[in-house]
Amino acid sequence: MGCKPVIRYTARRIFQLIPVLFGVSIIVFAIINLIPGDPAQVILGERADAESIQKLRHELGLDLPLYQQYGNYLLNILQGDLGTSLVTGKAISEELLPHLAATAELTLFAMIFAVIVGVNVGIVSAWKRNTWIDYIPMLLALVGVSMPIFWLGLMEQWLFGLQLEWLPVLGRNDPRVTVETITHFYLIDTLLAGNYEQFWSSVRHLILPAMALGTIPMAYIARMTRSSMLEVLKHDYVRTARAKGLHEFFVVYKHGLKNAFAPVMTIIGLEVGRLLGGAVLTETIFGWPGVGQYIYNAIGYRDYAVIQSGILVLAVIFIVVNLIVDLLYSYLDPRIQYK
Amino acid sequence: MQSGLATMPAEELSAGKVRRRTPWSEGVRRLRKQKAAVIGGALVLLFILTGLFAPLLAPHDPIEQNLANTLQPPSAEHWFGTDDSGRDMFSRILYGARISMTIGIFSVLGSLVVGTLLGLIAGFYGKWIDTLISRIFDVMLAFPGILLAIAIVAILGPGLFNALLAIAIVNVPMYGRLVRAKVLGIKQEEYIMAARAQGMSQVRILFRHVLPNSWTPLIVQGTLGVASAILEAAALGFLGLGAQPPEAEWGKMLADSRDYITTAPWVVMIPGFAIMASVIGFNLFGDGLRDALDPKAQ
Repeated sequence: MGCKPVIRYTARRIFQLIPVLFGVSIIVFAIINLIPGDPAQVILGERADAESIQKLRHELGLDLPLYQQYGNYLLNILQGDLGTSLVTGKAISEELLPHLAATAELTLFAMIFAVIVGVNVGIVSAWKRNTWIDYIPMLLALVGVSMPIFWLGLMEQWLFGLQLEWLPVLGRNDPRVTVETITHFYLIDTLLAGNYEQFWSSVRHLILPAMALGTIPMAYIARMTRSSMLEVLKHDYVRTARAKGLHEFFVVYKHGLKNAFAPVMTIIGLEVGRLLGGAVLTETIFGWPGVGQYIYNAIGYRDYAVIQSGILVLAVIFIVVNLIVDLLYSYLDPRIQYK
Repeated sequence: MQSGLATMPAEELSAGKVRRRTPWSEGVRRLRKQKAAVIGGALVLLFILTGLFAPLLAPHDPIEQNLANTLQPPSAEHWFGTDDSGRDMFSRILYGARISMTIGIFSVLGSLVVGTLLGLIAGFYGKWIDTLISRIFDVMLAFPGILLAIAIVAILGPGLFNALLAIAIVNVPMYGRLVRAKVLGIKQEEYIMAARAQGMSQVRILFRHVLPNSWTPLIVQGTLGVASAILEAAALGFLGLGAQPPEAEWGKMLADSRDYITTAPWVVMIPGFAIMASVIGFNLFGDGLRDALDPKAQ
């Protein structure tokens, strides 16, 4: 009986996603159809002859009525067929997989960095309100949210890579060594292969791009944690916890954070979108072979099939992550009813 | 929060010199009291004036190349040094302010107008039209912002105007949702019912009563939105999808100079600082506006 509302709520939230996913598919489908002029002509360039243009139009299904084109597109993506790259001629779903793993590895570590640093900085700022320990991190957070991510990446490369020579600035691992891929997550694959030297190399390659990508979300998380904690620390139960002699650390981290975390969760969910979008820029700077770089290269080649699929996959990931955050939010804050 | 009356000197009160403060003048007074907002406002003004008067302020032509004078460090002749084509960086930064301010402000104005109209219609009329508009907003917000902008520019082709358009389209749902939520609250107010009872037309109610009561959050969000739009424009410029050569756009300048990061780091650092300073300005000013105009939102 107790878990029924949770299941009903989860099912309803998933059901509500259907029209959104449907709308996303329409927008992504429209990318190729909205190109001004003849898409086949644009893809092949001005010098293409009429025969090859006609052939490409047929291959892309552009000679069919619009509703039929969309029907076929939807049917294909539902079966996991993301189409064929116009440049390499390979199935996009196969090409995309290693790129997706690279992006997942990068964004996951960027998020871990952002959450750990952001939440703790926010807590300490709220705890030491109106002191230098509060002002300095909050000033840095303001700089953090105002910084272009690609510039931060370049500055990190300059300082830590080129001046101090502490960390590598390009790629996922040492280019002279081939990582035997099983999961396409290099940290896992190198561990599975028992190659600890390569594992360490992969970790070192991950640090700078993850820091660059995670800095802006970290700044937002720190600001949100601070304001949420300030709200919570005013409450009577915090005063009671202090009155009964509980150590300040436990008051703040146990009673405070537990109650302040729900709004922070929402920001974390929204920041996933920033991470996925920011991945395009970070991956371009650090030569990280993820989905962002895959899309960026496809724009250069006018490979619209790849652009469509890359954007579709990232949007779907964003939707799913937000669903998970939404469900966790209700779990973390029992006052929210499953309506 | 103290009221205007409470902060008045006693002698003024006793002499009966009670000035009536409008909500706006009260907001301006509160804004001026905040140091951070004043610094932000000064930065915003500085960048807008720089953009406006760039042709008068720039000591050199921002696109004139001088291949005999490439990658020169900052000096009395070239305050910010020269780039890989020998162009004066200081002049390019000044002209860059013009581009960034134009994109930032006009893209926000575009999304504000469209978003406000859609939000007003959705919130006020409700029913199927609200469902339709809200679902469109949901779908647009399902894409990470910069990714949708990249998709739009990939369709329309790279260029400054298309970048502006893409940024404006991407941000429409943010303003739309804000206005819709505000309208849903205002709709139940008694003065709206009274206006209805008087036989006032729907459109008149919308523009005379509902819209003026939604201004505050829109102005705040719009100011903060300029900061995001500047960052988005710079990102598109960096990816080669925004401004095209030889335009002096900050993001594009960064992209073009990244190969010289070891030999001439200033060509990479200075445009980044310019972007950051302008964004900090709008963020500080926006935060200050929120605190001054909408104390409940603090």
